[in-house]
Amino acid sequence: MMQVLVVAALAAGTYAFRFAGPAFRSRIQVPERVSRMLSAAAAVLLIALAATAALTQGHGFAGWARLAGVAVAGLLAVRRAPLPAVVVAAAVTTALLRLGGVS
Amino acid sequence: MRSFWRTLDRGTLRDIALVCLADAVVGASFGAITVSGGLPAWIPVGMSLLVFAGGAQFAAIGVLLAGGSAAAAILAGLVLNTRLLPYGFAAGDVVDGPWWARLIGAHVLTDETVAFALRQPDHRRRRAAFCVCGLLLFVTWNLAVAAGAAAGRLIGNTSAIGLDAVFPAVMLALVLPALADRGLRNAALAGAVVAVAVTPVLPSGLPVLVALAGLVLVEPKGRLKALRRRAEGTAQ
Repeated sequence: MMQVLVVAALAAGTYAFRFAGPAFRSRIQVPERVSRMLSAAAAVLLIALAATAALTQGHGFAGWARLAGVAVAGLLAVRRAPLPAVVVAAAVTTALLRLGGVS
Repeated sequence: MRSFWRTLDRGTLRDIALVCLADAVVGASFGAITVSGGLPAWIPVGMSLLVFAGGAQFAAIGVLLAGGSAAAAILAGLVLNTRLLPYGFAAGDVVDGPWWARLIGAHVLTDETVAFALRQPDHRRRRAAFCVCGLLLFVTWNLAVAAGAAAGRLIGNTSAIGLDAVFPAVMLALVLPALADRGLRNAALAGAVVAVAVTPVLPSGLPVLVALAGLVLVEPKGRLKALRRRAEGTAQ
């Protein structure tokens, strides 16, 4: 039930964000400041998600293997590697470390 | 539709195909992570069809898998998708035609389709790039998520193949270009430090929302500048 709610609310809200522009752009404009704040909020949220997901599991530390995988991925992303390479590097690094006994 | 294909040059079509391929890898990981985390397969599949926004899907599922509440999951996803609002105002002219075409077109407004549309020199080609990219991306993304969800059930222990590192890696890769702005970088780093610091004590899902407090580091500068500009304006 709760899961249905999450999918439905996220879908409805997202569609509203998408449809507002094409529907109202001839009549109103989003102020520059609002649009800048929105993109800032998204960036802050993305980094917070990345940091908590990389470092924590439940209420504790997630372990070195995952952290190392994310670090390698981050390095590749800084060097503008394509997204699939970033994804594969993260998984492979973490998997290899776990195979070697690092948790 | 066929005229759309001929409107676009081969380089653009190739780039669109490459982006679809990249998103397929991400989509497959999304499906696998969600199902192996213990959620039923209809969630990643239904979410991909109805929400169709990778970052928000990962964010909402990430909160759910960490044991967060429905409200926290919805909020995390929606905050990420607020960027679609300015996209729609900036590139909304590519979503036109009869009312049903506009309803469908709005649904495929994403980072990728808007980026491809804005790279085209005229309205006809902008619209063609948007439609072709939107259609291909919708099909490949959903097929990939379904395939990933099916595979996730087979794999079982996705930690062994390192899939738990994929979600933070994707988030990091998505946000890096935006961090070129110094004010934004400070805000994001401060927010991240706070979020990690409060994770041991706050209920799951809340720490990332607390990170939004980091936004105060972006705002004052802009507000000061605006005030100064207004002061200068009145002085003249």
